[in-house]
Amino acid sequence: MNSRKIEVLVGLFVALAAAALIMLALKVADRGLSGNGETYILKAKFDNIGGLKVRSPVKVGGVVIGRVGNISLDDDDFTPVVTLIIGKEFDKFPQTSSVSILTSGLLGEQYVGLQPGFMLDENDVLKPGQYIEDTKSALVLEDLIGQFLFSRNND
Amino acid sequence: MEWFARLGRSTLQGLAGLGRAAYLLVGALVARPQLKNIPLTIRQMYVVGVQSLLIIIVSGAFIGMVLALQAYTVLVDYGAEESLGPMVALSLLRELGPVVTALLFAGRAGSALTAEIGLMKATEQLSSLEMMAVDPLRRIIAPRLWAGVISMPMLAIIFSAVGILGGQVVGVDWLGVDSGSYWSVMQAAVEFDEDIMNGVIKSLVFAFVVTWIAVFRGYDSVPTSEGISQATTQTVVYSSLAVLGLDFVLTALMFGTH
Amino acid sequence: MEDLVSVDNLTFSRGDRLIYQDISLRLRKGKTTAIMGPSGIGKTTLLKLIGGQLRPDSGDIRFKGESIPGMGRKRLFEVRRQMSMLFQSGALFTDISVFDNVAYPLREHTNLSEQLIRLLVLMKLQAVGLRGAAAMMPSELSGGMARRAALARAIALDPELIMYDEPFAGQDPISMGVLVKLIKELNDALSLTSVVVTHDVTEVMSIADYVYILADKQIIGEGTPEQIRSHQSPLVQQFLLGRADGPVPFHYPAENIAQQLLENY
Repeated sequence: MNSRKIEVLVGLFVALAAAALIMLALKVADRGLSGNGETYILKAKFDNIGGLKVRSPVKVGGVVIGRVGNISLDDDDFTPVVTLIIGKEFDKFPQTSSVSILTSGLLGEQYVGLQPGFMLDENDVLKPGQYIEDTKSALVLEDLIGQFLFSRNND
Repeated sequence: MEWFARLGRSTLQGLAGLGRAAYLLVGALVARPQLKNIPLTIRQMYVVGVQSLLIIIVSGAFIGMVLALQAYTVLVDYGAEESLGPMVALSLLRELGPVVTALLFAGRAGSALTAEIGLMKATEQLSSLEMMAVDPLRRIIAPRLWAGVISMPMLAIIFSAVGILGGQVVGVDWLGVDSGSYWSVMQAAVEFDEDIMNGVIKSLVFAFVVTWIAVFRGYDSVPTSEGISQATTQTVVYSSLAVLGLDFVLTALMFGTH
Repeated sequence: MEDLVSVDNLTFSRGDRLIYQDISLRLRKGKTTAIMGPSGIGKTTLLKLIGGQLRPDSGDIRFKGESIPGMGRKRLFEVRRQMSMLFQSGALFTDISVFDNVAYPLREHTNLSEQLIRLLVLMKLQAVGLRGAAAMMPSELSGGMARRAALARAIALDPELIMYDEPFAGQDPISMGVLVKLIKELNDALSLTSVVVTHDVTEVMSIADYVYILADKQIIGEGTPEQIRSHQSPLVQQFLLGRADGPVPFHYPAENIAQQLLENY
């Protein structure tokens, strides 16, 4: 086998691997070439985060705009603080926006739903690092059942 | 008493072997990578990489197809066929791609490396290099080590890509899962950094360990036909065990904490 | 006469087995020295000791007055460029052609242009009569041709010392004649210092200037071929004439045969 042929075959091998990686990146992970991956951070305090996990999606009307970056407990009032990592291109949410923890389907994963509020003023957009004030906690099945039974008893 | 002596002896032998393996690694990697070595490395990439392509592509396709078939029968009971995409893709990218590629690589290329180096030792080619004032670690070991470390992650990527396509053939074309949901649910679930890159990192670690074991077993073999066959077997056994053990550790580190 | 290599009071053992006990010998510059002895006494080991691949337990080996066991790895590699070894199997690199094999040391150790290397390689191959086989792969060569190709590679860098490890073992009479002629010619033409390790008595006696006979961990005889032929030691005579029995017994040490045969009765 002469070395020229070997070089060509190894070159093809490398090209094939590169093509496979590009296919994985674009078609499997959908990492668009446009999104350069820059992000900013928003924070929100919840009473209860239910089954929310790090890397759960953040959605607006079903569109994924970011992921949960970190979940911690506030030192002072012991409420969970969720850090949201949002794509840079979605940086125009008003301060009156609300976030809630929702469940996809009956038994599906939990995610953070962001409901954009009214824009009162041009300067009222959420800035990086800012807390979103209006939050709704996760629905916990046990609480729901408890409430249901409680209201039945009252009837 | 005899039992303790044996334990001590095998511990010492094990440590000595580990020392020799480390010496080989340092000698091969610290030996300044020379321009002259690049054609040698390309040649070895042909031997360990290109020649392993067929087995990798065929196995990848079949494993993707089997995964899709198995997952479908379970998922369809819960009406969750659309999760077939992420199921196939994540299994391949995180686990099966790197692990099965490493096992196949150990059997296909690792054993060949051991046998080749062992025979070079038996036919005095290694001694002859030494006498020519050429460090065999540089001429023989380093190009093979690099070729293995470069080739295996590429093979693993190809394996996963082919497997996902194989899953599509079975899931979408045969079992009738919607093509759009196969891909879009997969896209929503698979993260480039988290899943694909971690798989590649796993594969790099396996590549390093498997190739290291293979070249060391060959270099350290007893240069007789019996010794070489033993070394070849050891390469396959040790690298398979190392891959599976390391896979657990790496999985725990990468995906286990949250 | 000047010594290129001198071995002084060398003791070497492999594991528990003592191989050399306190031997001394010298290789004179420009001469062919033969080291003979029965198989399995570690003659090859001696060459590896001279080449610095093994370290002696005690004693010293000097190349041009410089101690080989005392050298660092870097210096040893420099010194090895002045010596060269022809291995018993030839030890050609099986993955490259004969031409590339011979070119290998040149490419590795010199910065000569590819044109010049080609010229040199063809000349070396011409010297061993294998110019026509330059494009062949080592697996296509016969045993004798492989050894000649390896010889061409060994002289590629014009070494001062060349060590032949059993060059005649397993060769047919013609190849043997060719090799004897080559060793002699190369030694004279290139004014090399040669050391031939062998147990082929007749061949080596015709080319050697000085002969050492090794047996039983020691040197049992030395001298010019004529002196050796008329050597007093019965061991030397047994070796030279190839007698089956003598000081080196035909039988491997064993208990009395009558006793062993009767053991189970």
